[in-house]
Amino acid sequence: MVEFQLNGKPVSVDADGDMPLLWALRDKLQMTGTKFGCGMALCGACTVHVDGQATRSCVTAVGSIAGKKITTIEGIGVSVVGKAAQKAWINVDVPQCGYCQSGQIMSACSLLAANKKPSDADIDAAMAGNICRCGTYNQIREAIHEAAGELAKGA
Amino acid sequence: MEATRRELLKAGAGALVIGFALPLPARRAIAATTAFTPSAWLRITPDNLVTVICGSSEMGQGVLTAIPMLVAEELDADWAQVRVEQAPADKVYNNPAFGMQGTGGSSTVKAHWTPLRQAGAAAREMLVMSAATEWQLQPTQLRTAAGRVIAPDGRSKSYGELINGAMGLPVPAKPALKKPKDFKILGKPTKRLDTPAKVDGTAQFGIDAQVPGMVVAVMARAPLPGVKPKRFDAAKAKAVKGVVDVIATNSGVAVLADGYWAAKTGRDALGVEWDMGDKAAFGSEKLSAMLAEGMKNAKAIAKTQGKPMDALPAGAKSIEATYEAPYLAHACMEPMNCTAWVQGDKVSIWAGTQAQGPVQMTLAQIAGVKPENITINTAMLGGGFGRRFAPDFTADATELSKRSGKPVKLIYSREDDMAAGFYRPPSMVRFQGAVGKDGKALLWRADVASHALGPDTGFGKLPASGVDEEAVTGIADHGYEIPHQRVAFGRIQPPPQVWFWRSVGHSSNSFYTESFVDEMAHAAGADPLKFRLAMVKDKRLRGVLELAAAKAGWGKPLPKGHFHGIAVANSFGSYVAEVAEVSIGADGTPKVHHVTAAVDCGLTANPLTITRQIESSICYALSALLYGKISYEGGVVQQHNFYDYQVVRMPEMPTVAVHIVHSEEKPGGIGEPGTPPLAPAVCNAIFAATGKRIRKLPLDTSLLKTA
Repeated sequence: MVEFQLNGKPVSVDADGDMPLLWALRDKLQMTGTKFGCGMALCGACTVHVDGQATRSCVTAVGSIAGKKITTIEGIGVSVVGKAAQKAWINVDVPQCGYCQSGQIMSACSLLAANKKPSDADIDAAMAGNICRCGTYNQIREAIHEAAGELAKGA
Repeated sequence: MEATRRELLKAGAGALVIGFALPLPARRAIAATTAFTPSAWLRITPDNLVTVICGSSEMGQGVLTAIPMLVAEELDADWAQVRVEQAPADKVYNNPAFGMQGTGGSSTVKAHWTPLRQAGAAAREMLVMSAATEWQLQPTQLRTAAGRVIAPDGRSKSYGELINGAMGLPVPAKPALKKPKDFKILGKPTKRLDTPAKVDGTAQFGIDAQVPGMVVAVMARAPLPGVKPKRFDAAKAKAVKGVVDVIATNSGVAVLADGYWAAKTGRDALGVEWDMGDKAAFGSEKLSAMLAEGMKNAKAIAKTQGKPMDALPAGAKSIEATYEAPYLAHACMEPMNCTAWVQGDKVSIWAGTQAQGPVQMTLAQIAGVKPENITINTAMLGGGFGRRFAPDFTADATELSKRSGKPVKLIYSREDDMAAGFYRPPSMVRFQGAVGKDGKALLWRADVASHALGPDTGFGKLPASGVDEEAVTGIADHGYEIPHQRVAFGRIQPPPQVWFWRSVGHSSNSFYTESFVDEMAHAAGADPLKFRLAMVKDKRLRGVLELAAAKAGWGKPLPKGHFHGIAVANSFGSYVAEVAEVSIGADGTPKVHHVTAAVDCGLTANPLTITRQIESSICYALSALLYGKISYEGGVVQQHNFYDYQVVRMPEMPTVAVHIVHSEEKPGGIGEPGTPPLAPAVCNAIFAATGKRIRKLPLDTSLLKTA
């Protein structure tokens, strides 16, 4: 049994500690917004926040996050940054198939929380771990800039 | 080429018969008398919502928005009131291009362009009649706008208020359609209806299906079709906590468990040893030999024109070159998966499939039930690109449910998805070309070796000519006027399963054709754009070449070290030209800075989707150019995951500008046609930069290394 905070609420999962967080979320808690892409931290589709840090849940043992705060795509909209990112994603109309976008948004939010005005190079560095096979990279970049702009206005 | 695929699919359909079933929406209409359901395609409710039912699969290409736009335009609906719903599998939703329900061949908008506008127009006429009756006016006195019927005196009623009077009316068979100049929704950039659900985690993909009592299966998949396991350790897999069963099928060995993690751990514990037989001999060397042999034996004539075998006139300059491209995986972001539940004579599946019609046939055979007893809940597709037209994942899940008696969610691991996939065929082409003293193209000869995709996918037969159309498309039917031409095909039959891959034959053939045309331009000492234009009569082909060149600033100075390359293709009823701006790093790595695209796809549904699909195709094709390769040794695929099957990431993505030609021609496809010109445009720019001609994909950067 592993206990942690999920999107602000305490949860406990009946799983061996070596089960990746991804599968604890998807199979045990039916939180399917976080996606499986590669299982090796190569594509970023499974990105969640562990205590605010973008983390690949497919290689993060659930046992290692006991007592920590986990945020997923289902909960990111509560934060100011998450809300701004989701709004920008909608405004730019970023997604195509959409499968990678949960992970993209989680990586982008982690960047925006740490860097209020990311440059293109900052965005490249922060987002290079997230694959999009539909090729929405330019729209993701635009949405991140737009969200940063909105956040600057609100600050 | 869309005609070819249509024929292929129809040929497949001919062998199988779909039983008639009352369309589900019609059934719903009987039950829900408060909704106005003039056809299977739409429903109007008293709350003024217009719900369009989409029979096509959404894989990022925007059909969940384009299909409603077609209906809403002729309905004169208020776009803000339009919703969309995924259709069940039902004959009424057959793709008119295929004769069965399925999404592929960039066909959705062009195939539904008329029938779905008619569906909207018919509903509109019925609502007008309802108002006319109520107001005791002639229908011709009334007009419609933004979801309301309006009388000459300014009175108006919303569609929701008029549905009761419309329900009993006959459905007009041939309602009047608007002229394109009167379109208010079609042709206007429109945001997608499915975007909000894709940014908050609520969008339901196949892999997200939850069925009470289900188990999760992961499968060790046979490396090649027909290969069976020699031995595997079921006990070791069953020893993994959570594993409930191990089932061997014709396509591999599955481990069933209480979740993915246990199933995957069990699958890895199987230690399957495959009985490869003579297939163990298949590898890169064998494939190269087969391709060379196929070229040598290219005797099926795809095209002959003029006197291609005669001696060249004096002063003509002759060139020869051989090109090659490999097997490619689709590498969709969402690994293939399906949840299936076989219950007696009924089967339900939840899956992101492109092929509801063919899947019903396949699963009916596996489960021993009637095709109409197969309920398909089509989820969002996490990428398709042709891969999700294949039957393997739905078939495997259904067999596992039948044999286990449980609902089974089957998920292929990334490695199993990649290693036992359905691949774009490899091919090899030997060109001979010549330009005359006047600098004009004189001769075009090509011997093509490849799989025959028609028979090899099971969707078609090799015609009497022996020419597989996808193997020569873009090589034989390019738009260039060249007096002497001959294109021949030699079939090879290596063991891997080949399949449709975004833009199909064009994906490799445009690379060949447009690169070799560039070689001919160079031989003629001509500018590559001018050389092309001099042999293009087709106005639309000229139009995109000229527009892309003008917008890119072809021939104008570029930043130091940057070079342009151009290429064009006509595929799926659309014309796309692309100009790539490229520089080469000292280590030989090319950087594609910018791509300027011009597209003529006829009348447009959603220009925003067109722009994004061209950009998407550019990214997809760039991945294939830079990295894409599936290779075999010992009959086993050598690539496993994104570390050795790399794809373009954000830092490598060029900026893209898409220019759409205003056109009143009939609509063409848009999901695929941006793919073909990218590789040759980039490689032609590489030639401009380095004088080195890339003739084999993926790109070997060591050829371009300068330091």
